[in-house]
Amino acid sequence: MSILVNEQTRVAVQGITGGEGTFHTEAMLAYGTKVVGGVTPGKGGTRHLGLPVFNTLAQAVEEEGADTTVVFVPPPFAADAIMEAAEAGIKLVVCITEGIPTRDMVEVYQYLKSRPTRLVGPNCPGVISPGKSKVGIMPGDIHIPGPVGVISRSGTLTYEAVGQLTGLGLGQSTCIGIGGDPIVGSSFIDLLELFEADPDTGAVVIIGEIGGSAEENAAEFISERFSKPVVAFIAGRTAPPGRRMGHAGAIIAGGKGTAAEKIAALKEVGVFVAESPAEIGATTKRALEET
Amino acid sequence: MKIHEYQAKQILRDNGVAVPEGGPAFTPDEAESVARRIGGERFIVKAQIHAGGRGKGGGVKLAGSPEEVRRLAGDMLNMTLVTHQTGPEGRTVRRLLVEQGIDIGREMYVGIVLDRESAADVFMVSTEGGVEIEKVAAETPERIFKQTIDPAVGLRPFQIKRMAYALGLDGGQVKEASKFLAGLYRAYRQTDASLAEINPLVVTGDGRILALDAKINFDDNALFRHKDIVELRDLDEEEAAEIEASEYELNYIKLSGNVGCMVNGAGLAMSTMDIIKLAGGEPANFLDVGGGASAEAVKAGFRIIVGDPNVKAVLINIFGGIVRCDRVAQGVIDALGDLQVRVPVVVRLAGTNADKAAQMLRESPLDFIVADDFRDGAVKVVKAVGN
Repeated sequence: MSILVNEQTRVAVQGITGGEGTFHTEAMLAYGTKVVGGVTPGKGGTRHLGLPVFNTLAQAVEEEGADTTVVFVPPPFAADAIMEAAEAGIKLVVCITEGIPTRDMVEVYQYLKSRPTRLVGPNCPGVISPGKSKVGIMPGDIHIPGPVGVISRSGTLTYEAVGQLTGLGLGQSTCIGIGGDPIVGSSFIDLLELFEADPDTGAVVIIGEIGGSAEENAAEFISERFSKPVVAFIAGRTAPPGRRMGHAGAIIAGGKGTAAEKIAALKEVGVFVAESPAEIGATTKRALEET
Repeated sequence: MKIHEYQAKQILRDNGVAVPEGGPAFTPDEAESVARRIGGERFIVKAQIHAGGRGKGGGVKLAGSPEEVRRLAGDMLNMTLVTHQTGPEGRTVRRLLVEQGIDIGREMYVGIVLDRESAADVFMVSTEGGVEIEKVAAETPERIFKQTIDPAVGLRPFQIKRMAYALGLDGGQVKEASKFLAGLYRAYRQTDASLAEINPLVVTGDGRILALDAKINFDDNALFRHKDIVELRDLDEEEAAEIEASEYELNYIKLSGNVGCMVNGAGLAMSTMDIIKLAGGEPANFLDVGGGASAEAVKAGFRIIVGDPNVKAVLINIFGGIVRCDRVAQGVIDALGDLQVRVPVVVRLAGTNADKAAQMLRESPLDFIVADDFRDGAVKVVKAVGN
């Protein structure tokens, strides 16, 4: 098994005819993802990459049975695209777009609160269940199927971690990039809950970074309601306070959100913390052997 | 994005928030004429830099006449102001704010930020003004009153009253504070601010409520819809290298070490800094060339890194996913060929076509140190600095 996406997942691409949308739709199709169509307002009725293009997402749901979307829409329009997906009854929206205004995400967060749609991202690499489905922009070939779940606030650092896991023969059940923005649709906790219920996930790697308190909240959840071994790495030990380290959410503000606080909270509840980013794979191997 | 105090106060004034009378000055002449315009017998001359702690550093002075304002302005313009937030090199003062002197009765605090957990704005008010709010939060957290604003309905009148009473205000002051707080929130919302902070918020000797200082930061992601705010950007307050980086859409932050690093992706860039430190080195910068790491981005990144005279060696750490490593390698070879880099360069490329890339680097006439993995890269670059 896996979580969020699998070989049944029917994906519609929002912003399919744009540069990014085109490039990554091709890569998803090559990976074997069941992409059923896309949406670009004004280009409905045409075909792109052999797939039907619709004016609205509701049409993609009606005619192609899409249940998941991946969003490549530019920042000024991305929040609207997410809400359109929710209204069309999409189960999972994966938003790749980077640079969405925080105020827009406050509205999205409100809108989704009373609806069953789950959002992953924005500003994230997406979701992959190796060998089954890739809904995002990550390189598929570094992944192999297996028992390790991965949840990360980062992009290329996740690839680094997955590369280490695969190098040691440790496959992955599902890898999720939750995104680097201050407001994200899914938290570590939301996904840990799903991994807890997934019989094929034997351990989870979480990759956090400075800023906010998502890792501290995850630590609390792990101590109370998570039974499987957890490995963590926190990026940004050397980051100066008050400076945004690339991601909008990666900032130590008001003395809060330091790597040291997060590492301490995770160690406290028995999480295996990799001290070096080069040891994420080896630490996972040790966690699986010792538990 | 950050702006100056005088710019923040103008935004507040436009939204009906009470601020002292005054205006900006770029020359002693202008300073004197601002003082003459506002009149009175007491004036304050405040250095405008994007850093706090100005008072202690000599950046805020009192004057008794427009002539004295002029003299003080002459002393303060072009002075180097060092505060606990500027670093030892300080900042050059190029702009001043001249205001009427205020008879302060009591100092308070009000700030608005986004609470990430509830995805809602939260007001923080405190009777402890004029000191850093972090200090109040650490020492006397019970003196901070927090009010979360439900995004669906916005700031409600009862919430404004609760805050006014929490500030110890009464009578007509509550009404005045209501206007102040509502205007402050409007300014914060309309400008897509990420922070609005009034410290101190004061009750004057004659009972009025005023923003004595003002700080507003903006969400960079929302600047596309605020052209007027983009115009307030003061490039003199930013590192030249960081400005150049932003032109190439690179994310660069200068640090104090001597190991330059260039990485694709923010998380990987941060952890590359971490691993350099673990290997015994000190990172000279944070630099994210973007997930794609195009040849132009790599070249611009290089120029910026080696433009820092502290840099003694450079580590390139690229995880090729979507971008192919052989293309990154070509970008690195071209950049180094053109730029005549004189410091050792360690290259670690992983992911798609990494083997081909390593071979290209080894076969190039340029002198690279090729690293096998992440840790090896850090160890080799720290060793290169030592040599």
